[in-house]
Amino acid sequence: MNFTYTVLIPLIPLFTFLFLGLASGRIKPQLGGLIGTTGLFISWILSLMTVFKYFSLEKVDGAYQQIIGYNMVWLNFSDKLHIDMGVFIDPISVMMLFVVTTVSFLVHVYSLGYMKGETGFVRFYSFLSLFSFSMLGLVLATNIFQMYMFWELVGVSSFLLIGFYYQKPSAVAASKKAFIVTRFADLGFLIGILLLSFNTGTFDFLELTNPQGAAMQTGSGAWLLGLSTMTWSLIFVFMGGAGKSAMFPLHIWLPDAMEGPTPVSALIHAATMVVAGVYLVARLFPVYALSAPVGLEIVAWVGATSSLFAAIIATTQFDIKRVLAYSTMSQIGYMMVGLGVSGYGGHDGLGYMASMFHLTTHAMFKALLFLGAGSIIHAVHSNVMNEMGGLRKYMPITHITFLIACLTIAGIPGLSGFFSKDEILAAAYHHNKAIFFIQMFVAGLTAFYMFRLYFRVFWNKEPHYHHTPHESPLTMTIPLMMLAFASIFIGYIPFSDYISSDFKPFETHIEGIIAIPSVLVGLIGIAIAWVMYKKDSDLPDRVSHGFRFFHRWAFNKFYIDEVYLFITHKFVFNRISTPIAWFDRHVIDATMDGIGWITVSTSRLIKPLQSGQLQKYGFVFLSGVIIMALVLLYAAFAA
Amino acid sequence: MQLENFLLMRHELLLLLLALLVLVFEIFTDDGKIHKIIPWITGLFVLVTFAGFLPQTEGVLFGGMFRITGMQIMMKNILNVGVAIILLQSAVWLKKPENSGKISEYYILLLSTLIGMNFMISSGDFLMFYLGLELATIPMAVLAAFDRYRNNSAEAGIKLILSSALSSGILLFGLSMLYGMTGSIYFDAINANINQSPLMALSLIFFFAGMGFKISLVPFHLWTADVYEGAPVSVTSYLSVVSKGAAVFIFSIILFTVFDKLSGYWINMVYALAILTMTVGNLFAIRQKNMKRFLAFSSIAQAGFILLGILNASEFGMTTIMYFVLVYIFSNLGAFGVVSAISYFTGKENMDDYDSLYKNNPKLSLLLTISLFSLAGIPPFAGFFGKFFLFMSAASQGYYWLVFIAVLNATISLYYYLLPVKAMFINKSETPLPVIKSDVYTRIALILCAVGIFGVGFYSPVYEWIYQLVLQFGI
Repeated sequence: MNFTYTVLIPLIPLFTFLFLGLASGRIKPQLGGLIGTTGLFISWILSLMTVFKYFSLEKVDGAYQQIIGYNMVWLNFSDKLHIDMGVFIDPISVMMLFVVTTVSFLVHVYSLGYMKGETGFVRFYSFLSLFSFSMLGLVLATNIFQMYMFWELVGVSSFLLIGFYYQKPSAVAASKKAFIVTRFADLGFLIGILLLSFNTGTFDFLELTNPQGAAMQTGSGAWLLGLSTMTWSLIFVFMGGAGKSAMFPLHIWLPDAMEGPTPVSALIHAATMVVAGVYLVARLFPVYALSAPVGLEIVAWVGATSSLFAAIIATTQFDIKRVLAYSTMSQIGYMMVGLGVSGYGGHDGLGYMASMFHLTTHAMFKALLFLGAGSIIHAVHSNVMNEMGGLRKYMPITHITFLIACLTIAGIPGLSGFFSKDEILAAAYHHNKAIFFIQMFVAGLTAFYMFRLYFRVFWNKEPHYHHTPHESPLTMTIPLMMLAFASIFIGYIPFSDYISSDFKPFETHIEGIIAIPSVLVGLIGIAIAWVMYKKDSDLPDRVSHGFRFFHRWAFNKFYIDEVYLFITHKFVFNRISTPIAWFDRHVIDATMDGIGWITVSTSRLIKPLQSGQLQKYGFVFLSGVIIMALVLLYAAFAA
Repeated sequence: MQLENFLLMRHELLLLLLALLVLVFEIFTDDGKIHKIIPWITGLFVLVTFAGFLPQTEGVLFGGMFRITGMQIMMKNILNVGVAIILLQSAVWLKKPENSGKISEYYILLLSTLIGMNFMISSGDFLMFYLGLELATIPMAVLAAFDRYRNNSAEAGIKLILSSALSSGILLFGLSMLYGMTGSIYFDAINANINQSPLMALSLIFFFAGMGFKISLVPFHLWTADVYEGAPVSVTSYLSVVSKGAAVFIFSIILFTVFDKLSGYWINMVYALAILTMTVGNLFAIRQKNMKRFLAFSSIAQAGFILLGILNASEFGMTTIMYFVLVYIFSNLGAFGVVSAISYFTGKENMDDYDSLYKNNPKLSLLLTISLFSLAGIPPFAGFFGKFFLFMSAASQGYYWLVFIAVLNATISLYYYLLPVKAMFINKSETPLPVIKSDVYTRIALILCAVGIFGVGFYSPVYEWIYQLVLQFGI
């Protein structure tokens, strides 16, 4: 079947980006917003078409086919070394197409209301389009190099959007922080790509991940610290993924990134870009599973650590967007765990499927949470929980949809989060009991901090509002309702029929031994939150006082930011940068000045050659011929 | 021979037709209204350019004197694109009252030189080659002296005709020796009978010097500075881009197909001249304060870079040369276009006059900037890919030292290419140039250049296309 048209899915946002970027300031803001939204709507429809078309294709040997929908050689260095641009269609890329375009489209619609009247409205939409283009290009990449380029583009658009309110110093600082931290991680990614492609001789995903392919066999010998080159390259690749997905200890940019407009947080820092790391590992999953199990082990542990760490911090924060940011980090930790505990093929690949499943459901409910938070912030003009309370009366739609999202993330049966989380836990249970218990505990924490937020905002005592909060306009509530609908029902998609590590559908079922405790843990978390936050009381203060030492650590995010500051300022700046700066100024610059001086003086010296006298020109011409002749004839006779 | 075989010369015939049309137009138009032909001729030439891309059969005419293959068609098309841009850029200048009597003259001279270049590229023997070469040179001298009441324009004309007489003499001397030794003037026959004798090497050197003159390689380049400065801007850009491109094309074809057995000799010559040309061109360009002179000298350095492609006598080398010339046309004409627009509307040509240009003329400044960036070879502009492929082609033959020197020279060139950029964006000026409202022709030309600078670089099928054509030609 022909999938060439899929190339349009990323190209349409590219065109809207170029158009809006160039026309910004010359067209009416609302028109600009509509153009951006329409563009994405077309991409969305095309993506839905692709989803249905792809999954209704005839399977070969019971497995879904990997299809190159479009390919062009972009840079051809040699027969072996060439960089392509194309569209890669397989179950997970199609799934990501669906996730990215759906959330992006809804965020476009939502922003029509949320960003109304902001300066730079068109600029905002052009950046959103740029982001959508980059993210879709990343998802559809046929080779790791294309992915890397779009990966960086995604980083750039994230940078631009976090710093959207560029008059605010904190936004500028946050955008720089996000860019630098992820760039640092991408250095690892680049090293990983170079190692990987040097070893295997290809950039191509199709060749890299073919379980029977030659690429799989290469670089298996021990190289450094007892690990093979393949393992090392995949660990480096994962470093890039961990940076983008805000995994511990490269997570420090994500909470600060909440300085950006809330729709951006929903789109980029909750649903799509931050899961790029998960997608990257999933893309290379056969290589991880078959030739670098150690790498996969690292993925699992990094995921488990991050998810626990972030969940603990989330229980102590007061800024609602920050709570959600830590929650995102924690949930991505889940996805990483899912991949990390998965095996390859058949039912062993449960974790892989579960991770992708959770990615999809998480995109829906987390986008819903963020957009709901945006709606709340829109109403009360504050991010801080203490200035909220009792909002359920004023904002019924936001309230109900937010509650649905909270129940979903808490893993209440019947909602989508339950199914996906349950399958990750099941995979962990069969693979690694320690991780299983950590994740079980995190599930309880998740329910607690989400309902802490929920009760604190929608129940509890009403503060004194300057003006009565009101429900948001339809452009904002319709996306909320659509996402709530998706959060409830997307869990009923039989995911294992579509997505599996070896492209062959397999059977899954809910295991009581895992499902029942996980639901109980969630309910306990909700109950504690109920007791503590339903009504205004001094109970939370007493509890935090009881654990004051631990609470202070968690509240200050375990001082990770301070550790980074210490390392960069005291060590990198003083010990490394200062001597290098001296060397640069006194040795390099002096050398360059010297070369420049020589160049200019030589130039002055040969100036008389250009005298303007034709006879002299003729003389030089003939001398040139004669000298060349003499040299050549000498060489000819000498030889 | 059938009459339709003449259609193999479609490019030349179309240009000839256009030149004749200009004559007819002139006869039937009043003297005062002669400027009305400008849009017609420009439009028709654009049509001719498009017609050049229509599919055409390959073949041989006049018993092998004239050959046409896909690659040569492509070369002619590249030149046509350049000339189309130049015609667009020169329209406003031609409308000046002092040029009113010379409009048709300009077109006829320019078209004749272009016909000459086309015949030269298609030549299958040295007679046709030489005829084409002279047809491309003698009217060129008249063009250089177009503003004949200006002293330095007249000087440019006379210097060009005298220097080219000298170089043609030397070239012919070499060709006559070649004929004496092989008994033929046909490329194929000469190639079959070529040997490594010293006399053969001497004739190669003479041929080389003659072509070096056209491409302005050091030490055969000295005429360029005076001619480029004296000639009108549009002629200078024509000389430094199209004429040079045509000469490079036929030079590499002849080196690769006729003198391939002597490559032991000419590779060393090319190697040495590449270093000399790049370095000397840069050293002169670095001190120029006049934008026209500056671009002219930098074009000498660019010719040195092209030689890197000639070192690789293969399909790859040929492709990189053609690709580079195509990119160079867009970049250099973009820069020339801005410079000539500014010079036409304000009369200012010095780099100091460009201070704070960005303030009043942001679009022109941006365009000049991307053109200069492309010339300097900064990614992602097309010039980067052009230079990159040239370097790669030389490196693939193992000339690492040369590539190293070329990279050094590219760095030096970066310095002076950035000087105007610095002037436009950073230097403060109390009296920046006023807002320039350029005419529609210039705008179209500049937009074409911008599209080329971005498009040719990013759209890799262009390179592939040229490569396929060169493969069919076979080297």
